[in-house]
Amino acid sequence: MGEHRHDHDSDGPSHEHSHDHSHADVDCEAALAEIYTYLDGELTDDTRQRIARHLEGCNPCIEAYDFEAELRMVISRRCRNDEVPETLRLRIAERLTLIARGDDPDGGDEGARAAGA
Amino acid sequence: MADQADFAEQAMEYMPQLYSAALRMTRNPSDAEDLVQETYLKAYRGFGGFQEGTNLKAWLYRILTNTFINSYRSKKRRPDETELDEVEDLYLYRRLGGLEAAQVGRSAEDELMDWFTDAEVKQAIEDLPENFRLAVLLADVEGFSYKEIAEILDIPIGTVMSRLHRGRKALQKQLYEYALQRGLTDRPSGPDGAGAAEPVDRQPAHTGTTAHDD
Repeated sequence: MGEHRHDHDSDGPSHEHSHDHSHADVDCEAALAEIYTYLDGELTDDTRQRIARHLEGCNPCIEAYDFEAELRMVISRRCRNDEVPETLRLRIAERLTLIARGDDPDGGDEGARAAGA
Repeated sequence: MADQADFAEQAMEYMPQLYSAALRMTRNPSDAEDLVQETYLKAYRGFGGFQEGTNLKAWLYRILTNTFINSYRSKKRRPDETELDEVEDLYLYRRLGGLEAAQVGRSAEDELMDWFTDAEVKQAIEDLPENFRLAVLLADVEGFSYKEIAEILDIPIGTVMSRLHRGRKALQKQLYEYALQRGLTDRPSGPDGAGAAEPVDRQPAHTGTTAHDD
């Protein structure tokens, strides 16, 4: 490996040049630009690690990341408490039983095509 | 090939999630029930084509979403649905981040949970134009990856990303409006602090604001 830096946290491949800024090669602007992609888990390993290294040394960015992560958790939880009407459960169970008996008023072909799309 | 006999056992557990998603999509309990029922019937009939070991949840959401787009969306479609205001990045954080930092002794998440009610979060999502609403719903509520959303909606990944980006910012803007209405923070440069709670430090964290401990 051509690794010549000795950062304690530098455990991934690095495209570092010679400057020794502890936030490595990602500045605040770049870190915040990727905040959603990071939280979505959609960054490449390399970029994710470079941003993680920046966050280790940057409290303001960590606050922003935490805020967005918490907001997302709140949004998700707040939208999960709708109660399924019991009548709907029963209706679906009944219809599935009918179809299983071969008594499918809407016909099977159309459904199969739509579902397999 | 999946056996239809296994369908109920495997698919029924997703009904609460599918029903919630259907409510956000249709914005109407009666349509949501019909949509979920239609989804289950289609899924059951097509279950033979489902590859076992692949993602059943994503498969069910694809049927749900396609059924919604094909059968329900035209009912209440508005001509201006693709329009969205330009909103800056980190919209909510730049306005409420300081408020959060000013609170001591409770976790930040508790604070956020207090800021917005269930009804407000649901309404904010339902207010998004449909294309953006579906993307935000699938990503932020259901936790699907960009690739899965691209497959569910049958659009390129780049389109998923741009809809998410704009949709999330619009969602934050709407949530901020609710925060203002409930007096959780005062309107910046608003007239004599009307409707404001006690003043808080709303400076963006990047100006050097750190936790207050007084």
